[in-house]
Amino acid sequence: MLLVPTPFGPRNASDLRYVGEATSRPDPSTTSPEAWRDYLYLEHNPAGWLRETWYDRVNRVYFQVERNTATNEFRNPTMPVAKHGKKA
Amino acid sequence: MATPSSIVAGARRKLGAGPPRYSAAGLVRKGLSGDSWPRVWRDVELKSSYDVVIIGGGVHGLATAYYLATNHGITDVAVLDKAYLGSGGSGRNTAIVRSNYLTPEGVAFYDRSLTLYNTMATDLNLNVMFSERGHMTLAHTDGALRTMNWRAEVNKLQGIDSSVIDPTEVGKLAPSLDVSGDSRYPILGALYHPPGGTIRHDAVVWGYARGADHRGVEMHQKTEVLDILCEGGSGPDGKGPGGRVTGVRTSRGDISAPIVVNCTAGWASLISDMAGVKLPIHTRPLQAAVTEPVKVFLPTVVVSGSLHVYVSQTDRGELVFGASVDPFNNYNVGGSLEFTEELAGHVLELMPGISKMRLLRQWAGLCDMTPDYSPVMGDTDVDGFYVDVGWGTYGFKAGPVSGEAMAEAIATRAMPKIIAPFHISRFATGELVGEKGAAAVGH
Ligand SMILES: Cc1cc2nc3c(=O)[nH]c(=O)nc-3n(C[C@H](O)[C@H](O)[C@H](O)COP(=O)(O)OP(=O)(O)OC[C@H]3O[C@@H](n4cnc5c(N)ncnc54)[C@H](O)[C@@H]3O)c2cc1C
Repeated sequence: MLLVPTPFGPRNASDLRYVGEATSRPDPSTTSPEAWRDYLYLEHNPAGWLRETWYDRVNRVYFQVERNTATNEFRNPTMPVAKHGKKA
Repeated sequence: MATPSSIVAGARRKLGAGPPRYSAAGLVRKGLSGDSWPRVWRDVELKSSYDVVIIGGGVHGLATAYYLATNHGITDVAVLDKAYLGSGGSGRNTAIVRSNYLTPEGVAFYDRSLTLYNTMATDLNLNVMFSERGHMTLAHTDGALRTMNWRAEVNKLQGIDSSVIDPTEVGKLAPSLDVSGDSRYPILGALYHPPGGTIRHDAVVWGYARGADHRGVEMHQKTEVLDILCEGGSGPDGKGPGGRVTGVRTSRGDISAPIVVNCTAGWASLISDMAGVKLPIHTRPLQAAVTEPVKVFLPTVVVSGSLHVYVSQTDRGELVFGASVDPFNNYNVGGSLEFTEELAGHVLELMPGISKMRLLRQWAGLCDMTPDYSPVMGDTDVDGFYVDVGWGTYGFKAGPVSGEAMAEAIATRAMPKIIAPFHISRFATGELVGEKGAAAVGH
């Protein structure tokens, strides 16, 4: 079991949906193909601290939290965000 | 990190003398005389330069080294591993091989691997225990059945033995499966692939290591790569696009090499990052479990996409179960109770008769997942830095063909046709090789 500190208190990871590395979506009308590919596919995938987006299925909100992918410690959960990282 | 003296102290065999050939007669002789077997690969000093440095002593790194030496005469090669050979996915997988993939590129590629596996025991003079027992992917929904028909047609066009069978035939092949149609996920049919089966993964690792060693390749265990040395690149320290690789920094000193190959699977992003190359990969654990041994009753490999589970029975009689990767990125291989609970529930859905069996063990390995469930292979924007990664949950069966093709890519400095579709540039052009329909359940 992995207890995730959500904005609504701790929840088991299996109650949540994992979205992945927190990214910010470039503006499709001005971005370059390279930046768009970067956003779509490339990942940092560190073995350490990573800011990531999760989805709370019960409250139906996205939020971000930092997790250490080597130790599973958490820090700095945020209040809900829009899916692509902007403030909700 | 120094190598423990117990390992260094092993008998040093002269290069060229070659390992003694294994045979039944040899086994009897050794058994009667009580002589110990000579070490399988030499233990030599780490040099300060090589023609090729391969990072990762799993089946991919070792096969690449073996084919570099065997097919191209390139023998000044070192395989470095931070732990021991086969400590990654290569020693943790559920050992399933098959070639019934979904795309023409995937089918041609995995089929070549199966061909190499078919003659491997002779080629490497080591029994890899290839059990060609057949492979069955169950369909529980109309959608799944449609994908099975699609796969069967793609497979047949390329000469692969693969067809869709009905529930009665499924029941004949594996009588322990519930084909009554009364279950929550009734079995509507299956994609049946007779050439699929299982192979002893450790033997494959040791066989390639032994063959590579015999031809002069060096294997260095407990040698961790800490950095990749580059020059001329656009990033910090000369790393990144436009530059070239000059060597590696290891826990046992610097090594110079014009060619460095990343064969580190679950750790692939960390190694590529050292050269300034960003990958379309995230790391997830894949868990597996094994039961106590019972009499053999399950003759084929059985996979269920809808139930996210697959099972095969070993020659010793244990049932080996696998599933899909964990639901979030992780470099932990501790495993979870959720996995076991879900697995048990799903397995009983398929085989109600085994509810009293006990699980012996559960374990996990790291998988390097890509967006299209196909690998990332070949050269990169950093000259001399090659990748053979993105093996996700399907890299064991791909070991031989990957080694063969990567060796050719390095020796000829050109991408062989069979792996050209898997080049990293496909993510810029959008020409993805979507294999999710044939590879989402990890095996
Ligand atoms: C539970 C499970 C079941 C699976 N089942 C199947 C299956 O049935 N069929 C199939 O085809 N595939 C299966 N797979 C996938 C398959 O095991 C892998 O894709 C494959 O083993 C990858 O091989 P590799 O040689 O690329 O990497 P690995 O065998 O993972 O080797 C990578 C090596 O790199 C080393 N390394 C990492 N970092 C460093 C560093 N900094 N310096 C030096 N060395 C380093 C590691 O120690 C490791 O030994 C399964 C995987 C798992 C986990």
